[in-house]
Amino acid sequence: MNNVLIIGATSKIAKEIARALIKHEEVNFILWGRDSKKLEIIKQDLSARGAEKIEIICHDLNDLNVHKYKVEEIWSQWTKIDLVVLAHGTLGDPKKAEVDQSEMLDLIQSNFISHASLLTYISPKLINQKSGSIVVLSSVAGDRGKQSNYVYGSAKAAMTVFTDGLRNRVNGSGVHVLNVKLGPIDTPMTRDHKKSFLFGKPTPVAKQIIKAVQNKKDIVYLPYFWRYIMWVVCSIPEKIFKKMKL
Amino acid sequence: MDHLSWGLYPRPTGQSYLDLSSRFNPLPISKTTLLPRGLGRSYGDSCLNSNGLLAGTKELNHFISFNQQTGLLTCEAGTSFCEILRFIVPKKWFLPVTPGTKFITVGGAIANDVHGKNHHTSGNFSRHVTQFELLRSNGERFICSRSQNSDLFHSTVGGLGLTGLITWAQFQCKPIDSAWIDQEQIQFHSIGEFIDLSRRSEEEFEYCVSWVDCQNPKGNIRGILIRGQHSPAIESSNNLICHSDSRLKNIPTFMPEILLNKYSMRLFNEVYFRKNLSPKKSAKIHYEPFFYPLDSVQNWNRIYGKRGFLQYQFVIPFSSDNGEALKKIFAKIAKSQMGSFLAVLKIFGSLPSEGLLSFPRKGVTLALDFPNYGAQLLKLLEDCDQIVKSVGGSVYPAKDARMSSESFKVFYPQLKKFEEFVDPKFCSDFWRRVR
Repeated sequence: MNNVLIIGATSKIAKEIARALIKHEEVNFILWGRDSKKLEIIKQDLSARGAEKIEIICHDLNDLNVHKYKVEEIWSQWTKIDLVVLAHGTLGDPKKAEVDQSEMLDLIQSNFISHASLLTYISPKLINQKSGSIVVLSSVAGDRGKQSNYVYGSAKAAMTVFTDGLRNRVNGSGVHVLNVKLGPIDTPMTRDHKKSFLFGKPTPVAKQIIKAVQNKKDIVYLPYFWRYIMWVVCSIPEKIFKKMKL
Repeated sequence: MDHLSWGLYPRPTGQSYLDLSSRFNPLPISKTTLLPRGLGRSYGDSCLNSNGLLAGTKELNHFISFNQQTGLLTCEAGTSFCEILRFIVPKKWFLPVTPGTKFITVGGAIANDVHGKNHHTSGNFSRHVTQFELLRSNGERFICSRSQNSDLFHSTVGGLGLTGLITWAQFQCKPIDSAWIDQEQIQFHSIGEFIDLSRRSEEEFEYCVSWVDCQNPKGNIRGILIRGQHSPAIESSNNLICHSDSRLKNIPTFMPEILLNKYSMRLFNEVYFRKNLSPKKSAKIHYEPFFYPLDSVQNWNRIYGKRGFLQYQFVIPFSSDNGEALKKIFAKIAKSQMGSFLAVLKIFGSLPSEGLLSFPRKGVTLALDFPNYGAQLLKLLEDCDQIVKSVGGSVYPAKDARMSSESFKVFYPQLKKFEEFVDPKFCSDFWRRVR
């Protein structure tokens, strides 16, 4: 994994993935995000830790019009990208998204449409180079809709179907697609949430994501026990589930 | 989540918390006072801000630069010693000075001007700090070093976070050949023996500290001196291995207070001492158990129960009375039967402290834990303060939850000068108490 493209590079988990990758081998990074100062901080951090070359792309990921052009630019400069991590996303305001169309659309855009758009341009590049891994950071919230965050959840569910289909399409081309279904993680994204023992820690989660990439996994739940929690959640009959406060 | 101090006493009220998200951002706008908060390992109330805001630095944890040839590291103030070791040890560098836990931040290490087992050779942590940036509540940023804004440098070092927020700092790491330590443990049976042994050990060994049993009701002192230095490179793939992530043990909840009494503590000390029955033992051990034995037990502070505990650390210049004051304090504590199993004795060297409120000074220092026994304990510690005061010693603010304002002023004669540099928007429960 010499050339790594991280989209949503200022997210806590993305940062931990980048830090952990440096420990394994020599790595170059392309960091794509919106906040130029934060990107600069991460660039310095990765560089001090021994990353080789680091390029910053500072542009709003919800600006779909630039996706094609930016992806072209990246590949013309780097020729080959070994790992693409899509780490951007937002929890938004779930209550507002229930009644406010623009909030709802924003949530779906920044948790699904922007990813799908990017992958539309990225996947042919990887197929063309006959190698590379795509990692999408999704959420267990996409496994079953529940009242507390179903707009966010439905975007993540769409993400799952999209990556399933993409994985099927690129099968045999040398391209690997990993969908990481994250349980709640202790990051700035969940700052206002009450923490419990079910919360994962970003550093070990990042290490497990790298392991899953190396082992060419298709779907992983992290922390691992969320696989079992979601199995239980998904096996509750809808008749009962609809009455539950989740 | 409540942000308590490590000693779980005293408890703050009406305190809010906010993680700072970038070192480039201004300080949060708040009607109340502010206090920078790292990993909350200060024992008493110097990391608490009742009815105010704690500005958390744990997200300010990025490296800024590292020179592999010279070992000069620049990083954000919220970077932990744990994270730094993980990064520098494989590159054959080590922290210049470290306290007994790696779960502290660089900012906290400067603000408390921490010391370690190598005080006699290396002084305090800040001695190795070349510069840092200080962000004041009016938005001004100062690069502080011994030559630039030196007043702010000397007030911020040991300044308990009251002079502004340290956003980043630069310090000099120290070269090592191995992650391992050659350690020796030697028994002693009196203060005189301890002093002789320490003096001899400090000439040969970089690290030196003693565990001491002050439970003996007759007031006799016995203990084990632990000394060590970085090992030469060993023929093993583990030569530069850093500490592991796994924490083997956890104290999942508060222990019932009944379990910790004078009998159980006496038993612990007896077992600990006997474990080292041979008068001298040598071993090659990893830096983790050598420097951070308690870090392997997560939440060890809960063993004292919900009431919490107080740590008391003082220093006395013992040359003046040949250890008489120290003996007096030992006798007092032994008689009270309140002392607990974690008593640490060490001789501070003569390298001067640079902060206006730095604690270390030449002499002998003792640190002990006491379960929070309430009024009778406060009385005992106040009596000890008087003895410390009478011989020109001092008590460590980073561990304090109770010293009087009068004592503080005597212990820290440069207080008046320090006050000039306190940021008007910054405060802590400690500061409100002693100022």
